[in-house]
Amino acid sequence: MRSTARRGLVIATTLTLLLTSAACGADDDPGSGAPVPGVTDTEIVVGTHMPLTGPASAGYSKIAPATKAYFDYVNANGGVHGRKITYNIVDDGYNPATTQQVVRQLVLQDKVFAILNGLGTPTHTGVLDFLHTNRVPDLFVASGSRNWDQPDRYPNTFGFNPDYTVEGKILANHVKTALPGRSVCFLGQDDDFGRDALAGVEKILGADGVAARQTYVTSNTNVAPQIGAFKAAGCEVVILATVPGFTALSVGTAARLDFKPQWVVSNVGADLPTLSRQLGDAAGLLEGLIGLNYLPMQGDSDDPWIQLFTKVNTEHNGGAEFDGNTVYGMAVGYLFVQVLQAAGKDLTRESLVEAVRKGGYQGPGVAPLRFSATDHSGYGGGRLSRVEGGEQRYFGPTYETDEADGPVNEYSAAPVPPPANGVPSA
Amino acid sequence: MSATRATAPPSRAAAVDPARPGRSLPTLVRHLAVAAGVALLVLLASYQLDSFRNFQLATVAAYLCATAGLTVLTGLCGQLSLGHGALMATGAYTLALAQNALADGGRTAGGWLVVSLVVAVLATVVVGAVVGVAAARLRGPYLAGLTLAVAVVVPALTVTFDGVFNGEQGLAVPVAPAPAGLGSYFPHERWQLWVAAAATLSCLVLLANLVRSRYGRAFRAVRDDEVAARLAGIHVARTQVVAFVVSAASAGLGGALLAVLAQSVSPGAFGLTLSLFLLMAVVIGGLGRLAGAAWGAVLLVALPDLTHSLTNLFTLSPAAAQRLEGNLPLAIFGATLIVVMIAAPGGVQGLLSRLTRALRARWPVGRS
Amino acid sequence: MDRFLFLTLDGLSRGAVYAAFALALVLIWRAGRIVNFAQGAMAVAAAYVAYSVTAATGSYWLGFAAALLAGLLLGAIVDVAVMRLVDHRSPLNPVIVALGLVLLIQAVLGMVYGNEYLPAQTPFSRTALTVGGTAVLSPYDLFVFATVGVVGAALVWVFTRTAIGLRMRAAAFAPEVSRLLGVNVGGMLTLGWALASGVGALAAMLVIPTGLGLHPHAMDLVFVSAFTAAVLGGLDSPPGAVVGGLGVGLLLSYVSGYAGGDLIPLAVLALLLTVLLLRPGGLFAPVTARRV
Repeated sequence: MRSTARRGLVIATTLTLLLTSAACGADDDPGSGAPVPGVTDTEIVVGTHMPLTGPASAGYSKIAPATKAYFDYVNANGGVHGRKITYNIVDDGYNPATTQQVVRQLVLQDKVFAILNGLGTPTHTGVLDFLHTNRVPDLFVASGSRNWDQPDRYPNTFGFNPDYTVEGKILANHVKTALPGRSVCFLGQDDDFGRDALAGVEKILGADGVAARQTYVTSNTNVAPQIGAFKAAGCEVVILATVPGFTALSVGTAARLDFKPQWVVSNVGADLPTLSRQLGDAAGLLEGLIGLNYLPMQGDSDDPWIQLFTKVNTEHNGGAEFDGNTVYGMAVGYLFVQVLQAAGKDLTRESLVEAVRKGGYQGPGVAPLRFSATDHSGYGGGRLSRVEGGEQRYFGPTYETDEADGPVNEYSAAPVPPPANGVPSA
Repeated sequence: MSATRATAPPSRAAAVDPARPGRSLPTLVRHLAVAAGVALLVLLASYQLDSFRNFQLATVAAYLCATAGLTVLTGLCGQLSLGHGALMATGAYTLALAQNALADGGRTAGGWLVVSLVVAVLATVVVGAVVGVAAARLRGPYLAGLTLAVAVVVPALTVTFDGVFNGEQGLAVPVAPAPAGLGSYFPHERWQLWVAAAATLSCLVLLANLVRSRYGRAFRAVRDDEVAARLAGIHVARTQVVAFVVSAASAGLGGALLAVLAQSVSPGAFGLTLSLFLLMAVVIGGLGRLAGAAWGAVLLVALPDLTHSLTNLFTLSPAAAQRLEGNLPLAIFGATLIVVMIAAPGGVQGLLSRLTRALRARWPVGRS
Repeated sequence: MDRFLFLTLDGLSRGAVYAAFALALVLIWRAGRIVNFAQGAMAVAAAYVAYSVTAATGSYWLGFAAALLAGLLLGAIVDVAVMRLVDHRSPLNPVIVALGLVLLIQAVLGMVYGNEYLPAQTPFSRTALTVGGTAVLSPYDLFVFATVGVVGAALVWVFTRTAIGLRMRAAAFAPEVSRLLGVNVGGMLTLGWALASGVGALAAMLVIPTGLGLHPHAMDLVFVSAFTAAVLGGLDSPPGAVVGGLGVGLLLSYVSGYAGGDLIPLAVLALLLTVLLLRPGGLFAPVTARRV
């Protein structure tokens, strides 16, 4: 007993001494002359969190590799202001708890310069405060939630996707003008995606303009009850705010109930290659499906952007299957390089955010990017597409609108072609 | 919690466990001394480690509450629970609601966090008591089935009642920054570690005392043989409910601490996977010993980190990388899990005790 | 009334698959007192084998046969190469090993086939036949019912009418006595695993085309429903598994049809609580509830 106590005393004393020595001189002011995290004369380190595994990873796991491929292409062409971009992709399995860990690891340990295109509303919402406290630029979040557009609260966070309400308004506007007098129904995911989209639809059609509303949860892969209800209600047009899996499931379920409405699908769930792959032999059911998009259409081989991205995909992405997710990932990469160029040679976190706030970027997107000092949401509109003869093609004008009660307007600016070498200049 | 009440008389403790050194100290004092030592170590570590490691340690502390609670329930009382993730969610959401209510009332000082933590633990105690009463009637796979359903239901409720819980997106948790007295460049992560470690150590001291008390003995008696326990005058059902409630309270505290660390809660973080991983963690750590729970908590935090390091280790062609990224670490983890369970069914702690025993047998001199 | 009929039939056809999958869980539980948490992942692996075979040969039925064979083999391999080596004194050890198997199998499938949804074929049309203006069952639904029925009947026949079935039951219920009587207890256990895994593979082949498609996690949710069904019916009882499976299928269909999909978990918990509080060993529990 006595020896135990004495030994304890010795250990405690040693620890206290060590502690005092450690406490002294810690916690210095990082200082204004300190180097910018993640930036050297030859390299810029950027990080992202994505679901690479788990049930939510289907489709999404292709985005970050596509972005990385575009960066590799830029690096092979001399980089940005002589710096090569390193893209640190970490897997969070779409689990918000894991996102907490891996984003801190990226910021605190890997010392990334910025977080780019972190995917998912529940996952990314959880790290907004952390990123804000650490003044990390948080660019082009991959989700259509309105959370990213809060310049006062999160001055360094910017969105990318058009928000779900904007999508809902544009889809409903098409239904109202091109399919008047039809009975319209709505199926949405049981979260902010479905809710915001429905809000947009009702802003245009009115609350009584939607004959039947149904929701689904991702944990139940049987939508027959919902689709059966639509059939019973005599729906002629069904607007879907669904992820690709449930778009395909809804279309397939309706077919086996002998129910053939006009499908009108929000951007997230309207990528034809993804849907066809899932439906397999039944892909013919997608004929006539109307979707919304704001980036070059993946199958349009005449589009100069698609030509560029296909080339990058072959050279730097191992020729992965080319679909809407690939285009999305590369468009994000292109916009990020544009912003880096605009931020100039003396790159800091402040200059990067300032460059985004200045706005005025034109790239692959057909719709306008809305970035300004007061608006941190991404694309502000989109264009409708239709599946014809097994191909998804744009038709009609591009529309833009806001998430409030503003009208849905045509957006007439002509799309710009990519620069000759495929890398934006300053 | 009834933990402090039942400190066993020293002679009894010695009779139960004669191999224990320092037997003349009362259990509580010994546990407090160990806790003080650990606290000092954590304090030292918080200065030596960088911010990210501080945060990881804080997360280990949060998970440790839950794994320790599960160890008491499964390891000591022999009841299986696949629903501890849901109990953590209960604690986390209660804390979030409490902190938001306090912030709305203008009470943003750091001290109010203690109130929220207590409220969170109390709420989980209520839920734990309800589940525990049902669980006391069930055995083996039937208990597993019921708790599995609980694990699925609780996160789903946040979507059903999204007016309160804000659905998939979850709630933000306002948490006061570190006290200004610590200096303006005091890393937030270090403060988080201090908070989490303080709460967890208190929880562990209470649990450790409970384990050594007559309740702990009743738990073990029920686990080993229900009929014998009943013959010895132990009320089996009541004992099981007590174990469930204690275990739930710890899990609730763990969940609440996670919410404090993340400054947000959302259902995706508390899915069935979490419940299953908690169980894996305590078994791999070494079921039945609180030290095993610590290994389990370390494992839970180290896993994503290992994933990250492994991915950075290889430079692969893009095509191969897309397939291996994420999957490879999971495959390695799965295989390790199987091999460890076959080679060392006692888990990490079992392996360590075996090693220590072997070493002591070889060099008995070091013991005096 | 139309809607009620529609939801009932839809629920029954889903429930039939849960019943088959629950049956697989019951088989392993009866043989070795293990709840096989890896059942879903093993079944998905068999379904991927079917996908490869069908893709290579163009024949659904060759793929179907390959899945059943792969299921049988995988079950035997898991028993001999993994479960046999596990220390069974703590009932938790096999559970944890099974969870490790889930991680391993799903990760390997993700590496080999990618984490994308792959289309899953059906041998018959899924378009519902219409009777008097109401869409009732599709030919595929009838195929599901028939298959599950045949498998159920075959299992009953094997266990009650054949020598090998008798030996399997004996090995499970009194291993020591059986060994003395010359029954190859280990072999019977392996056979049990193979049979269960084969039935699981069959259930996966039936249910995956009705969901989102083939994916390493395609059976996760089915496993949860089927486990619930098995617990409801009583893990020792094959008829219980069938009743439990159909019951859970109906419940899911009614709740999502009349109340909303988000209430499903709550409804399942309520059903489970009610049944287990009245009968702690499941609906078809043997009369001696507590073993000493």
